[in-house]
Amino acid sequence: MSAKTLFEKVWEQHQVVPESADTPAVLYIDLHLVHEVTSPQAFSVLRAQNLKVRRPDRVLATMDHSTPTDPDEVFGRVPIKVESAARQVKELEKNCREFGIELHGLDRDTRGIVHVIGPELGATQPGKTIVCGDSHTATHGAFGALAFGIGTTEVGHVLATQCLLQRRPKTLAIEVTGKLRPGVTAKDLILAIIGEIGVSGGTGYVIEYRGSAIEALSMEERMTVCNMSIEAGARAGMIAPDETTFAYLKGRRFAPQGKAWDEAVARWRELKTDPGAQFDRVVSIDASKLEPMISYGTHPGMVVPISGKVPEVANDPVHAKALNYMGLNGGEPMVGKPIQVVFIGSCTNGRLSDLELAAGVLKGRKVASGVRMLVVPGSQQVKREAERLGLDKIFTEAGAQWRESGCSMCIGMNGDTAARGEYAVSTSNRNFEGRQGAGARTLLASPATAAAAAIAGKIADPRAYLPN
Amino acid sequence: MQPIRTIESRTVVIPVTNIDTDQIIPARFLTTTTREGLGKQAFADWRYDANGAVKSDFILNKPEVAGCGVLVAGRNFGCGSSREHAPWALLDFGFRAVISTEIADIFRSNSLKNGLLPIVVDDQTHQWLMNHPGANVKIDLETTTLALPTGATAKFPIEGFARVCLMNGVDELGFLLQQAPAIERYEAARTY
Repeated sequence: MSAKTLFEKVWEQHQVVPESADTPAVLYIDLHLVHEVTSPQAFSVLRAQNLKVRRPDRVLATMDHSTPTDPDEVFGRVPIKVESAARQVKELEKNCREFGIELHGLDRDTRGIVHVIGPELGATQPGKTIVCGDSHTATHGAFGALAFGIGTTEVGHVLATQCLLQRRPKTLAIEVTGKLRPGVTAKDLILAIIGEIGVSGGTGYVIEYRGSAIEALSMEERMTVCNMSIEAGARAGMIAPDETTFAYLKGRRFAPQGKAWDEAVARWRELKTDPGAQFDRVVSIDASKLEPMISYGTHPGMVVPISGKVPEVANDPVHAKALNYMGLNGGEPMVGKPIQVVFIGSCTNGRLSDLELAAGVLKGRKVASGVRMLVVPGSQQVKREAERLGLDKIFTEAGAQWRESGCSMCIGMNGDTAARGEYAVSTSNRNFEGRQGAGARTLLASPATAAAAAIAGKIADPRAYLPN
Repeated sequence: MQPIRTIESRTVVIPVTNIDTDQIIPARFLTTTTREGLGKQAFADWRYDANGAVKSDFILNKPEVAGCGVLVAGRNFGCGSSREHAPWALLDFGFRAVISTEIADIFRSNSLKNGLLPIVVDDQTHQWLMNHPGANVKIDLETTTLALPTGATAKFPIEGFARVCLMNGVDELGFLLQQAPAIERYEAARTY
């Protein structure tokens, strides 16, 4: 047997029919995550062709993208303000009822961002193939699953057949050695990686993040890293499962129990990349050299260390266009730039440890006047846990808004937006033009950096604010 | 789907690098539950100003783009989200092919499933196209060749099975449904 990578093992275990020159592989999908925005047209195809959902037991549905985060709207005390979003919610309820799919709907305490609840419920497991009509499906790769985003036509394929037609991607190893310094988070690491390889550096590849710095990360930190693989162009990012992974999963609702648990762990231990296995490409990063990172431009590869300046690049229309949109000048320091909005949340940084990190910075301090800060837990479960720890009080006493879970201002299609021209320090994943609202200017950063900016009213180095 | 063999059309050039799907169709338009009629929202924030007024200097608002079916974009087109609304919007606007030096994986996959041809060309061909907006080009799916009006041609890569589906006007779902016996065998053999 030749040495194999983690990706190759998962891929080969899921080939219903291997690929040939004429046809892609028929790849079996273990878990299909469905949400309200990218599924309606797929269910319409099923209806039009009189097809059933082949394996409703392998589908997990929730609503997160277009749903409000205002409790009155979420719990039906007032109608959902965005009328078309209300229709999408109704449509998903109807589709799940009609096709026999379990829905973690608006009023359920298991609801949340699809990439937060999958792991939280233990549905995300090592070695699985996981897809969703959402590019941040890469998040689940943190468990050693092969997880990637698909379009709505493919959502229909998986609903009808539990399979996808796929060509085998190439493999890219990102070896992260050294140790992250205090105040430097998983978010800073992945922003630095994207800055290094570029926004299309991973196109055509599945990434495996490996090395001592990756092994040292918690599951929530690993999810932050894998989540943004797509921001480097890679559909999937994976991390080999280990004791950290097993400890996270044990006892969760969908995790195997008893004897089945022991068997699963034994199987999962076999998934890691064999010594000597070859990747198509290898990139090395030294974690110990990194600083907290922040974006300055209009894609996630346009990042600098927080102590850095907006780069000066002559005769580059891409750079000039980005700075013009952002209202920044080359050579200007990042620290000290006034900001108006802070958003803590999203499938990148909306989990409990992210909220703890932000709360640690905010505790006993106030959000600067003129700054609007939204804290949006990644799921209702994250919200409950945070409230049990009193984090909500820290946020509200500081002057931040504490909301119901959802994608919120990461995507700005649910009523939560930043206004034209406003600077928003955001723990989300995309700083594209208009991403958080038409004309809004996004600065991507970690929860610590975002919280520090909220207090200072301007971009600030989080290391000055971190608790000892 | 209509079978596609060749596309012959004038080009529209948007010379912007890294055009992401949030530009192709902003997220606020994704609360639709159908796939029709998204062309009016294609590149909405580039076509209309804050008050909804048409920005007459943006290329897609100029009269000469009428009837142009081929979009030539800067490097790395279609990065970002998995929204299939992006190719739906481009098709509804009237595009049948997109040409760049690099096209993001999910966007490319979504485009192939809807009859929007994602054409990746070499730097030299790309540069020529960028410099000659409105050029009449011919895309031949049979020979996987792009022909420029100069007589120059460039081969482009396209996944073989998707190509056959496009040329025959059939979708992949039919093929997958025919795999039912293999899928059943696979499910029966899985012990976990």
